Amino acid sequence: MNTVVCMKQVPDTETLIKINAEGTGIVTEGVKWVMGPYDEYGVEEALQQKEKFKAGKVTIVSLGPDRAIEAIRTGLAMGADTAVHINDAAFYEKADPYATASALAAAIKDLEYDVIFCGKQAIDDDSGQVPAILGELLGLPVITQVIKLEVADDKSKATVTREVEGGHAIIDVPLPAILTAQKGLNEPRYASLPGIMKAKKKPVDVKTVADLGVSVEPMTVIKEMSLPPARQAGKIIEGEDAAEKAKALAKALHEEAKLI
Amino acid sequence: MPGILIYAEVQKGEIKKGSFEVTSKAKELGGEVSACIIGSGVEALAPELAKYGADKIYVVDGPEFEKYEPEAYVQAFAQVAEKVKPGIIFTSATAQGKDFTPALAARLKVGSISDCVDLSMSGDKAVAKRPMYAGKAYAMVEAVGNPQVFSIRPNSFPVNESAGAGAIEKVTVNLDSSKIKTMVKSVEIAASEEPDQTEAEIIVSGGRGMKGPENFKMLEDLAHTFGPTATTGASRAAVDAGWRDHAYQVGQTGKTVSPNLYIACGISGAIQHLAGMGTSKVIVAINKDPEAPIFTKADFGVVDDLFKVVPPLTEEVKKIKG
Amino acid sequence: MDFELTDEQKMLIETAGDFAKNEFTPVAQDLDREEKYPMEIWKKASELGLIGAWIPEEYGGAGVGFFGNALITEQFSKVDLGISLIIAGTFGCESIYWGGTEEQKKKYLPLVAQGGAISAGAFTEPDAGTDVAGVRTRAVKDGDDYVINGNKMFITNGDVCDFMVTLCVTNPENEKRYKRQSLIIVESDRKGVTITKIHGKMGIRASDTAEISFEDVRVPRENLVGTSEGQGFYQAMQFFDTTRIMVAAQGVGLAQGALDKSIDYVKERKAFGAPIATFQITQQKLAEMAIRIEATRNLVYKSACYLDQGKVDPILNAITKYYAGETAVFCANYAVELHGGYGYIDEYDVQRFYRDAKILQIYEGTKEAEVLTIARRLLT
Repeated sequence: MNTVVCMKQVPDTETLIKINAEGTGIVTEGVKWVMGPYDEYGVEEALQQKEKFKAGKVTIVSLGPDRAIEAIRTGLAMGADTAVHINDAAFYEKADPYATASALAAAIKDLEYDVIFCGKQAIDDDSGQVPAILGELLGLPVITQVIKLEVADDKSKATVTREVEGGHAIIDVPLPAILTAQKGLNEPRYASLPGIMKAKKKPVDVKTVADLGVSVEPMTVIKEMSLPPARQAGKIIEGEDAAEKAKALAKALHEEAKLI
Repeated sequence: MPGILIYAEVQKGEIKKGSFEVTSKAKELGGEVSACIIGSGVEALAPELAKYGADKIYVVDGPEFEKYEPEAYVQAFAQVAEKVKPGIIFTSATAQGKDFTPALAARLKVGSISDCVDLSMSGDKAVAKRPMYAGKAYAMVEAVGNPQVFSIRPNSFPVNESAGAGAIEKVTVNLDSSKIKTMVKSVEIAASEEPDQTEAEIIVSGGRGMKGPENFKMLEDLAHTFGPTATTGASRAAVDAGWRDHAYQVGQTGKTVSPNLYIACGISGAIQHLAGMGTSKVIVAINKDPEAPIFTKADFGVVDDLFKVVPPLTEEVKKIKG
Repeated sequence: MDFELTDEQKMLIETAGDFAKNEFTPVAQDLDREEKYPMEIWKKASELGLIGAWIPEEYGGAGVGFFGNALITEQFSKVDLGISLIIAGTFGCESIYWGGTEEQKKKYLPLVAQGGAISAGAFTEPDAGTDVAGVRTRAVKDGDDYVINGNKMFITNGDVCDFMVTLCVTNPENEKRYKRQSLIIVESDRKGVTITKIHGKMGIRASDTAEISFEDVRVPRENLVGTSEGQGFYQAMQFFDTTRIMVAAQGVGLAQGALDKSIDYVKERKAFGAPIATFQITQQKLAEMAIRIEATRNLVYKSACYLDQGKVDPILNAITKYYAGETAVFCANYAVELHGGYGYIDEYDVQRFYRDAKILQIYEGTKEAEVLTIARRLLT
């Protein structure tokens, strides 16, 4: 089974976000960059499907500046076969979901795939829109928040389970299709040491957006960024014992916060 | 002021509170407010939207819409939008809204701005405030295309009764069934009446300090005591330990929530968790470790063993509720 | 001289660091309390090639050299020193690598590099630790076998290993004291091997340490490491020259972990209305920790590089090992001080770090022995 995994390099979840002096973006200095955690589920699922079918190729496609190669190499070390790195810092800086999806679509359209995996969202801008736009551009069905995947033996269709509010839905979809990975789909593997040693020799196709013939202007524009207002520590509820404190807390929620 | 079209989401035979919230917001902004409701046997629900400000309500009703299928819903809504020609579209960023909205915007060939927590007009343009990095930062974002599409995080705006004209129009849509490729075989929804974490007004959440899955019953009891708008949540530590399903996880790589009251039990407050619940209106922390970072964000802190605090708290809440 | 790590080395650090953070963190406190060896984590690490990564690819390892192994060790020890000792699952095999026959390398190295076995190095005895040549365990040739009698003490992996590389006296009559010993591989399930796990260690309690007695233990002649008797002392010295650097890497990791935890804590903890990070006395402590860690890391990198280049410098190794032990103990101590009362209870990791650190001044050559080695060279 051939798969494409769309992957974005993002700041690690432990990153303390700071806003740059211009107020247009975050301070990238000192940030630890990692593969998007949801994209990681996508890579793992692609690898598991390849192992199940004992054939096929996993291709990682990523839009990002020079540094994105590190996350791409991580994917290759996990076991992906090849990668396309759309290395275009100027485009990336301004890219909104529409522009991002346009670049990805252009890079993917000539690849062979039965499934395109995306993370359900990138954990930097948290938009969660690229897969839908990609589906529109490539004319493929999109199923979001997938937590289980079973591909038919002839790869003509798949049965997927997706998370919905309060439960899950089971859906049949013809392939090729775009599936977005939600936590719970699998447990991503670590890059093994032999995998790391092999990754360097795997091919990475580096392209600019111009190479791909893409020229789109962003449809949404970030005007200004800011930090959330700092929360101050409130008061510690005192009491003789736990029961007293519970009573005082209930009273505070009732009388001060007026929430009960 | 451009006209606003709202996607009114139906779940379990009722219109979502989030849809009323965005209707109220639209009304407040002024201009004509339209709403579109899609489903099977949903016509009777339409008048409710008028209560919160809808001047016009378009109803797409048919058995083919019984189960939510994004392609069919997007086609139907796009046809209504084609007719209404709104300058702005609002949806509620519920679980379904997050699936539907980007697909709709892509179909309309515009960009959408997701999970907005605030919104104001600047001329004909709406400027939205939305969290990024799970709430560690906020961005003011503007849409370039027409219409401008926004999904709005539940609990961001109050529901205000302010009646609109409320004219109801049934719309027949032409579905291109060749494009509807997916088939929903079954939907299993837990019997629980609890709201989704992103929409709940009160969340009682547990972390590593819960010590095991069996102890979450205690948090459910407290949540039930608060009533039907309350639910439970969990930290990543509790989810990764296998004590709670991922659907309960609050924080980065889980759900970002902003309830009126968030009670964190045995949660130390990792940066990913604090980002995900930092916009809660009131935060309570119950933890025996006084150095736990959660206390730096909490409005009310109880430094004690949660197993000794939560049961009497439940009793006290019961008493107050009478 | 190039101080930049390669891309592979950076990824190695990331993988080892993620692995330790995810796998060690949730269990570290319990394993410490229960003195339990993390067999499942060892297995998982083996599958990823993190155990025996120094072993060349031709013998089934990842071939990252001892430098790469030091990087893994540092990342592991940053989270928990006790669990990090799973990396010593190849313990003793360093001697097979340096002094074994081709058959022995092919037989034992892939086994330990791929999760098939755990090895131990049985050198120390109740009355002979640092004085390696003073061992008394006796191996006597009997037909095609050796018959071994004696006792070993404080043997890392003793209770979990499949085989141990054992230092025995084979040639007691040799006039040269250093030519009387040989290394012999003893499988732990041989008749006459009695293993008693040692309890009550101050630190590294997740690591396995045992006392071992050999009573008429019979092993075939081909279990002799190398081809000739009398090489044991030199092979053991070569072994310690290798493992000493790895122990130093443990020191860097532990010290870095102690610093990281301290930095997090002092930013959160408030006193007199301000985070204690704003106090100069706190800053002084953090800076002193950072200075020592950076110096130690550079020593470890240099020693490990030399080792991979075949340039073994026992004095440099002694300096590295000595200073790493000092740095670890120093930083763990400061970390506890910065944590105040919380640093004294075991719910806070730095308490465990404090207990764990001390072993780094003791095993693989006590700090006193390192000092002697260094001074002796200075004065000749």
